[in-house]
Amino acid sequence: MNESSRFHSSDEVAWCPGCGNHALLSILKQALEELEKKPHEVLICSGIGQAAKTPHYVNANGFNGLHGRAIPPAFGAKVANKDLTVIINSGDGDSYGEGGNHLIHNMRRNLDITHFVHDNMIYGLTKGQASPTTRTGHTTGIQTEGVVLNPLNPLALAITMGATFVARGFVGEKEQLVELMKQAITHKGYALLDIFQPCVIFNKINTFQWYKEHTFRLPESYDPTDRATALQMAFEWDNGIPLGVLFKEDRATYTESIEVLREGPPLVDRELKPDRVVPFLDDYK
Amino acid sequence: MDYNVLIGGSAGQGMDTLASLFQRSLHRHGYHVFVHKDYMSRVRGGHNFIQIRFSDVPLVSHRDQLDLVVALDETTVKEHLPRLQENGFLLADEEIKNQSDQMISFPINKSAKEAGNAKTYTSVFLGLLLKWYGLPFEQTEAFLLETFHDKSPEANVKAFQAGAALTKGKVELPSGPLSDHLLIDGNQAIALGAIAAGVTFYSAYPMTPSTSIMNTLAAHQVEAGIVVEQAEDELAAINMAIGANYAGIRAMTGTSGGGFSLMTEALGLAGITETPLVVANVQRPGPATGFPTRTEQSDLSFILTASHGEIPRIVISLRNPEESFYQTARAFNLSEKYQVPVILLSDQYLADYTVTVPVFDVSRITIDRHLSDDSSYSEEHPYQRYALTDNGLSPRLVPGKFPGQVVLADSDEHDEDGHITESAEVRINMMKKRMGKLEMIKDEMQEPWHIGDAHPDILIVAWGSIAGPLEEAINRLREEDETRSLGALVFGDLWPLPTNQLTSLAEKAKIIVNIEQNFTGQLAKLIRQETGLHCSKNILKYDGRQMTPEFIVELLKQEVL
Ligand SMILES: Cc1ncc(C[n+]2csc(CCOP(=O)(O)OP(=O)(O)O)c2C)c(N)n1
Ligand code: SF4
Ligand SMILES: [Mg+2]
Repeated sequence: MNESSRFHSSDEVAWCPGCGNHALLSILKQALEELEKKPHEVLICSGIGQAAKTPHYVNANGFNGLHGRAIPPAFGAKVANKDLTVIINSGDGDSYGEGGNHLIHNMRRNLDITHFVHDNMIYGLTKGQASPTTRTGHTTGIQTEGVVLNPLNPLALAITMGATFVARGFVGEKEQLVELMKQAITHKGYALLDIFQPCVIFNKINTFQWYKEHTFRLPESYDPTDRATALQMAFEWDNGIPLGVLFKEDRATYTESIEVLREGPPLVDRELKPDRVVPFLDDYK
Repeated sequence: MDYNVLIGGSAGQGMDTLASLFQRSLHRHGYHVFVHKDYMSRVRGGHNFIQIRFSDVPLVSHRDQLDLVVALDETTVKEHLPRLQENGFLLADEEIKNQSDQMISFPINKSAKEAGNAKTYTSVFLGLLLKWYGLPFEQTEAFLLETFHDKSPEANVKAFQAGAALTKGKVELPSGPLSDHLLIDGNQAIALGAIAAGVTFYSAYPMTPSTSIMNTLAAHQVEAGIVVEQAEDELAAINMAIGANYAGIRAMTGTSGGGFSLMTEALGLAGITETPLVVANVQRPGPATGFPTRTEQSDLSFILTASHGEIPRIVISLRNPEESFYQTARAFNLSEKYQVPVILLSDQYLADYTVTVPVFDVSRITIDRHLSDDSSYSEEHPYQRYALTDNGLSPRLVPGKFPGQVVLADSDEHDEDGHITESAEVRINMMKKRMGKLEMIKDEMQEPWHIGDAHPDILIVAWGSIAGPLEEAINRLREEDETRSLGALVFGDLWPLPTNQLTSLAEKAKIIVNIEQNFTGQLAKLIRQETGLHCSKNILKYDGRQMTPEFIVELLKQEVL
């Protein structure tokens, strides 16, 4: 791993050898380097899970919160300081399962934050239960007869819920993934990047090899601004899973839509005195 | 003088507007006003009523006995006619069957139609009320024009004048003594206190009776520079506020019991990440959905330990709207000083009653952020979010403001850097650091209000919004019989529980009586836990309706006097 990176953290990485998270982490640092970000300008938020340990492994501001609640603190922090580059790194269970409601509504908000979902299609930290993206028929210690729930399609969900940047990457496609991360971070608005990240211990079906064989890169000619095509692409699976930016849209961000945030310095820089309340007392006189 | 007027009807009949115009008129003419609402969880129909009490001396409570009833429907007659004082009257439209010699029928609806709009019947009543009490009309007519500016203003003024012509003046009031007072309810005061304290973000999910905090902040959001976000649920609301506080602003959330239940995991998050947070819990009777629009003080035991695991916290109950303003501002300072969550406990009674209070004195409020601006951190000596210090308080840096330095907050047990640890030794140090803050906080806690006798034989203990009704009850009992040795301690700060005054008064008291709006006597349990003192009597009410002074007087006579 790149120890000379200014984003290098001295904390010991607790992931299993061979886990896809290692590559993801180094690609994330590379993307931040290439964007010339500085550690104090970046905030990494997460919930709980293997993926959610990421804030510890990046030398940047970090908020490692509760399982399923990665997005709300990220939202609060960005509202407080619109100058921060806020990135969420969390798992598929955390983001799509326990935190599903926040996912939906923050896509609608379109705050300028970036969401990297480490999608290993399994619950890693809790030892191998089905996640919302685990495919039907996949057997686990709980789903002994195979998953019967229809898998959640995060990209289709995002496209229909108002996410303004929807993409998928794979840790095995390093160069593409660096670019996708950079695009997601620089995108104005809520950006969802679902990243295939093999869990070598608990997902014996969707292995590195499996992802290699089942994914393909979207061609250069692909137009990500067409919602209908994007939706169609989001449903591609059996005949190959597309990697790349599926959908992109220009829409006012939350910050741009809320006058209090749009105008003036970040909230955190505003000087406030108790007498700001005085004009409002008149309403009660 | 002390009058109590009830306006009753069903939801959607315009009772709120009538009451609001009447209470504002009284306020403008310098009277002390106390308005108590009793409403059902529905938008149309049902039976609701509003009691407007007014006086030339300060009022701290609603009361039972009525001097005048304005009945907009038959149910109001049935429900409230029996509550009239001997010399009281009930006013109603002539179409409602007259069933008592205390009832006076007027051509209300007819007058409204003649004024040009049948819906102006509330303005007819308003004219009638003003004339009844001999109040001047100009101010109220101006209010009418403003209120109905887009709904037949002229017809409403005409109706108002017609109403005034229906009666002679019946009561001669002394002139109102007040000038420059606010007419405000508990939730509005919380919102204004938060604004004074520098809040710039409020995230919440609507839940009666807490929603009007959000409404009040929203009404001022653009002018005051506040982002008010309606979250997708209470989990989001509290986690958003925590993230915002982490990033260096003052953020707050508010809810009622059900929403607070959902927030408990994140309350622990604020505790372990040592992120300041102010949460208002405006209680209503639970469990589950309970009584959405009614009152109770049944979340105290829950709040004291809400969240799994152990965290330091501060619990402040609010006793009236005036103190709701100042205590909310204080909550932000305490929360940032000790980097702990502060829970403000209110309830539906306090949230919704409106009272005249002296204009808030903003010079009494300070904004003490307790943020570090230490720029001496370096690569060799980097900032540590959870640095162990002598008093357990680690310097707080605002993330993003110090090049080269980063701030890492963690919900796992963590080391001084904020990194996950499983070390037993670090765990012990961090638990001592966090929980140790409570010792310092104890010194900040305010002793309860002391009402009545300086060294009472009968010592009453209570907390929160009962303060008003209890004060009035004690005053009445002592006026009735000066030899009664009766006094009360009404707690505002509840955790850590301030116990000095209590233990000192308990030494001389012959009996300690606990009064609460719940089933289990939660304050008595807390007192016993913290002091070993036993309350030998509990006066408890859990029907969702706030105790009146009359109720307390009656029960004290039955049980202890
Ligand atoms: C409220 C709550 N429920 C359950 C858990 C246990 N838990 C921790 S991580 C996790 C699932 C993690 O799966 P995922 O988000 O996919 O992350 P991964 O470990 O696969 O990276 C669960 C169920 C928890 N910490 N908190
Ligand atoms: S359990 Fe799976 S996801 Fe977790 S560290 Fe090991 S390989 Fe990675
Ligand atoms: Mg996972």
